[in-house]
Amino acid sequence: MLKDVTIGQYYPTGSVIHKLDPRTKILFTTAFVVMLFFLNNLWGYLATFLILATITLLSKIPMGYIIRGIKGLVLIIMLTVVLNLFMTPGTVVATLGPLTVTLEGLKVATYMALRLIFLVVGTSIMTLTTSPIDLTDGMEWCMRYIPFVRRYAHELAMMMSIALRFIPTLMEETERIMKAQKARGANFETGNIISRAKNLIPILIPLFISAFRRADELATAMEARCYRGGENRTRMKQLAFEFRDGASLVLMFLMIVGLYLTTWIQIPLLFPV
Amino acid sequence: MSVEIKNLSHTYSEGSPFEFKALKDINLTIEDGSFIGIIGHTGSGKSTLIQHLNGLLTPTSGTVLVDGKDIFETKKTELIQLRHQIGLVFQYPEHQLFEETVQKDVAFGPRNQGLTEDEIDQRVRQSIKMVGLDFDAIKDKSPFELSGGQMRRVAIAGVLAMEPAVLILDEPTAGLDPRGREEILAQIKSLHRQKQITVILVSHSMEDIGKMVDKILVMNEGEVVFYDTPNRVFTEISTLERIGLAVPEVTYLMRRLKDKYPEIREDIFTVEAAKKEILKVIRG
Ligand SMILES: Nc1ncnc2c1ncn2[C@@H]1O[C@H](COP(=O)(O)OP(=O)(O)O)[C@@H](O)[C@H]1O
Ligand SMILES: [Mg+2]
Repeated sequence: MLKDVTIGQYYPTGSVIHKLDPRTKILFTTAFVVMLFFLNNLWGYLATFLILATITLLSKIPMGYIIRGIKGLVLIIMLTVVLNLFMTPGTVVATLGPLTVTLEGLKVATYMALRLIFLVVGTSIMTLTTSPIDLTDGMEWCMRYIPFVRRYAHELAMMMSIALRFIPTLMEETERIMKAQKARGANFETGNIISRAKNLIPILIPLFISAFRRADELATAMEARCYRGGENRTRMKQLAFEFRDGASLVLMFLMIVGLYLTTWIQIPLLFPV
Repeated sequence: MSVEIKNLSHTYSEGSPFEFKALKDINLTIEDGSFIGIIGHTGSGKSTLIQHLNGLLTPTSGTVLVDGKDIFETKKTELIQLRHQIGLVFQYPEHQLFEETVQKDVAFGPRNQGLTEDEIDQRVRQSIKMVGLDFDAIKDKSPFELSGGQMRRVAIAGVLAMEPAVLILDEPTAGLDPRGREEILAQIKSLHRQKQITVILVSHSMEDIGKMVDKILVMNEGEVVFYDTPNRVFTEISTLERIGLAVPEVTYLMRRLKDKYPEIREDIFTVEAAKKEILKVIRG
């Protein structure tokens, strides 16, 4: 159950994509996400699909794994689709009782759904192919170029890497406590909403206590090793751009330009321009 | 209650890159009223195995029969009933405490069983006494202001209060001081004797379990290496050492003595028995 959460998970395969510098991947993902919102016809989404499919193949991550990440968002996607489908005014193509489906609604709903799916897939490829440590190192570097955030770049990155590090630990802990309470006859599977909510208390209290204990122990351990934040701190493992990063940045630039160019295409695909 | 484990295999995260075969085709029978010790190196699958006995984990293949009944073929409600019968004390059970007072926490299990307030109260008193704590002194304290050893006992009492027919304890003495360890083991032993329940004790100390149990189950890398009486298991010193276990110190001593006194017995694992045997041999 809890194991289906794939957000922020790392899936090592040692592929070319895994070996890229995290900064390259962060830059590309950011550009990609921004670009997604400029796309205005199906040609663009088709191109996006091809790009994502190629990257997925190169990363050697099983398709099923990536699709599992979308499953968690099915509800949000459905909601977006339904709202857009019925709420957009325009040329009516079908009526269902008081509800009307317009051509514009159909178009907006399709685009929104595709946008959300590609957004999730694009960002999960980044987290699946980058170890949490590399990811936060990359983030820290990127944050140094953002005004105001710059001062806290190291602290933010450290907080992020600790959070990422503890997601699986807390999940394991939840599962363990749940099993221990089940062994004492707790029932989490049946009952109405109120009794189910009440049943969470025996899980949440031990979980909070253990989270605080862990936080406290970690802080003590860090202080014992003289951690004082980012000032004057050097790294054992320096990030280094390689030839493949340069090459991929050029490729990525071309892809983004290509995606942008699709917005100028005047040939209709499924929907009129 | 007798427990029968049949061709049991368990694979964690099947189909992902983190796939791990934790149990490989386990077969064994635990007789009603017996006292079994499970021993094995860290990661040998002890905890995984015992979590199958009350249906907390579902096997990848194979099954578990309790009193001849397949527990994975039953309905959910029946499985919940079964957990009242098979009490499982997890490793570091003090991490599961959550109530405001010790009394309420110990009452959690019996309350889930749907007992009356009188029965609950009686069971809470009894089980707190059984783990060697003073009921009146401790009942209104918060479990979080107790010492580590006391928390451990309260947590064990929480399972005892359900009066299970099979009691499984996963390393109940881990992280305790020697005295606390001795006391808890002695209480488990006397509980087994008084109530005639089946006890399964997981440990990684041969010294601890050698002297208390009827049979030892030795595990390594998800497989059963031995399942036999302590006497017989402890004679397999070389196999035990190969899988990272050791026999009790006195057994090594007896082995060395054998070089000098060929007639001395080797299958000895308590200081008491060693003393008797040595005196016997020396006095001829
Ligand atoms: N929830 C889990 N997910 C994946 N692997 C696990 C999980 N729990 C245990 N394992 C692995 O299964 C093996 C056996 O674990 P466990 O039964 O806890 O061993 P033991 O109790 O003998 O130390 C270990 O290698 C452990 O890493
Ligand atoms: Mg264990």
